[in-house]
Amino acid sequence: MSAVLETPRRAGGTTALETVRDLRARSTRRLSFVLVGLAVLLVLGMGVRVLLGGYTVAIPDFFAILAGERIEGAAGARFIVLQEKLPRAVAAALAGAALGASGALFRRTLRNPLASPDILGVTQGAAAAAVLVLAAGGVRGAGMAVAALIGGLAVTAAVLLVSMPGRSSRGSGGPAGGGLAGALGGQRFIVAGIAVAALGQAVVASAMLALSQHDLQAAAVWTAGSLNAVTWERIGYLAVTAAVLLPVGAALHAALSPSDLGSDLAHGLGSRPGRTGLGALGVGALLAAAATAATGPLAFVALLSTPIARGLTGGRPSLPAAALTGAVIVVLADFLAAEALGGVRLPTGVLTGAAGAPLMLWLLMRTRMGVR
Amino acid sequence: MAAHPNPALTLRGVTLGYGERTVVGPVDLDIPAAQTTAIIGANGCGKSTLLRGLTRQLPLRSGTVEVLGRSVEGWPARDYARTVALLPQSPVAPEGMSVEQLVDRGRHPHRGWFGSSSRMDTEAVARALELTDLVELARRDITELSGGQRQRAWLALVLAQQTPVILLDEPTSYLDLSHQVELMDLVRSLPDPTVPTTAGTTASTAPSSTAGQGETERPRRATVVAVLHELNLAARTADHVIAMADGQVAAAGTPTEVLTPDLLLEVFGLDADVVRDPLLGHPVVLPRTAADRASAQERGLVTEPPSGDTLPSAPREDLR
Repeated sequence: MSAVLETPRRAGGTTALETVRDLRARSTRRLSFVLVGLAVLLVLGMGVRVLLGGYTVAIPDFFAILAGERIEGAAGARFIVLQEKLPRAVAAALAGAALGASGALFRRTLRNPLASPDILGVTQGAAAAAVLVLAAGGVRGAGMAVAALIGGLAVTAAVLLVSMPGRSSRGSGGPAGGGLAGALGGQRFIVAGIAVAALGQAVVASAMLALSQHDLQAAAVWTAGSLNAVTWERIGYLAVTAAVLLPVGAALHAALSPSDLGSDLAHGLGSRPGRTGLGALGVGALLAAAATAATGPLAFVALLSTPIARGLTGGRPSLPAAALTGAVIVVLADFLAAEALGGVRLPTGVLTGAAGAPLMLWLLMRTRMGVR
Repeated sequence: MAAHPNPALTLRGVTLGYGERTVVGPVDLDIPAAQTTAIIGANGCGKSTLLRGLTRQLPLRSGTVEVLGRSVEGWPARDYARTVALLPQSPVAPEGMSVEQLVDRGRHPHRGWFGSSSRMDTEAVARALELTDLVELARRDITELSGGQRQRAWLALVLAQQTPVILLDEPTSYLDLSHQVELMDLVRSLPDPTVPTTAGTTASTAPSSTAGQGETERPRRATVVAVLHELNLAARTADHVIAMADGQVAAAGTPTEVLTPDLLLEVFGLDADVVRDPLLGHPVVLPRTAADRASAQERGLVTEPPSGDTLPSAPREDLR
């Protein structure tokens, strides 16, 4: 006993302090490497999206256009870059970051690899609300975006209410939300979310039938998840939302780290998994709904960003890494969907969906017994 | 009940429950500082619920709890977690996490908003790994560890929290006997991290023990409260034993005072003889059945152990 207290333990000639210092330095180095790498990849991807593809722009010309100069012999270049290519790239990056961060928040709060706003009906709810206001009152633009935000939040609240355990069961005690913490850790939330997601799809499909011929075309493209219709106005809303909610999300994500270890230990570590989790889901739902309002539902981006980011960081959950991963995925997917398949211009959401489905199956298979 | 001169935790009229059901209380309890206290009792008697109340996961229905002389009411959660740590019965081991990363989670209540870590965190994690003898396994994935190693890793997480009070909910379940003893002996020897020792904190502990320095130079021990199922393990490791039955405190005192045949019958419905460990002196519980007693009588053996080995039953009025 006293030996345990007094003798410094040695591991291969190094002390505990050196071992821990070494491990931490490595982990920090890896995280910074991943974050910088993803940021560089994002800037490169956006550069490729803007400069290459259907209408190639030289780098000096691009900066000239940004500075407001006219390009000799190419009068249309200014319009194509500023109203077509640049907004697509910026919207893709912002929507991807919002979805990636949202996925990280859902994943951590619900402690389930399948927990993400696109599986649990948040994006479907946002899409349904947007299409409904379009069909019912012909509301477009900002009104649709607001409807999408409300729809996403309403779905999250509804799923949460449905999955709360009843009064009689264990753990539904505290004013700080014992029942809430129970709802957040359980499978009920996932099942309820999947059901609501299916309902959202049905609402979208039936509301589309009520649309006029003119609106139907636009709505069909939007509900598939497309950057075709982005405008600087929509990007502005999304940018403001992301600028406010991403730091809040990062703080909540860090505050929730003890809940990875189960509700009991989380309380022991001074965390309030119920209250903080509710905040994290609210912020996550707003981010996902804001991205959906701007670009339509981009399938699987939120679901995939978190496991990919974790793989890159070596198991360390990081919201900035997930957000950057989401941004890179959407920018690349948009470029591939628009340019890679010859003359066919696919909606971006179709490409992320096609790439996401096999990855989701792989995730399901990896979720073996006991490993959570 | 004998009031302790220096209790770390004081409970007065505490009741706890879920929904409409009251599970614990009303309970009056003093848990002595710098000692190891074992809570024993049959399944469902409210032991784990009591610990949930002490970490404030479950709000008090009534009564007051004081920790180190301060009322827990209105004590901010993070700050409280720097004073009282809990190792629950079945924590969740996240996928793909190394021992060092797991132990590092114990530093959460000491961190700021975005979870950045400091030199203090590094030292606390190193110290916890050292105490639990896990330095060589620090980079291993926790899912690769054996049951005993994993339990030590969870304990290390709680130690990295560096609290003067540590609550353990059945820390030895799923462990074999030798690992049970090893873990509880380690728990018993844990120092109070909030009391500065004369020697250095981590790596630079110089062997300063010269002649004449013995027990007095030992660092002050942490206050440990452990829910234990194994009575003989409780008798071996605890300074103080609390027996619970139906959400009430049935008895509290030293192992010798509490672990008596009468009390075992009352609390567990267990017919048992209690003898003294010949080497260490603590009581040892020997469970008996009616068949055991009958066959012993048939073979002409005395069912009562020889008087020299029997522990004197503590007078009942002292236990209440």
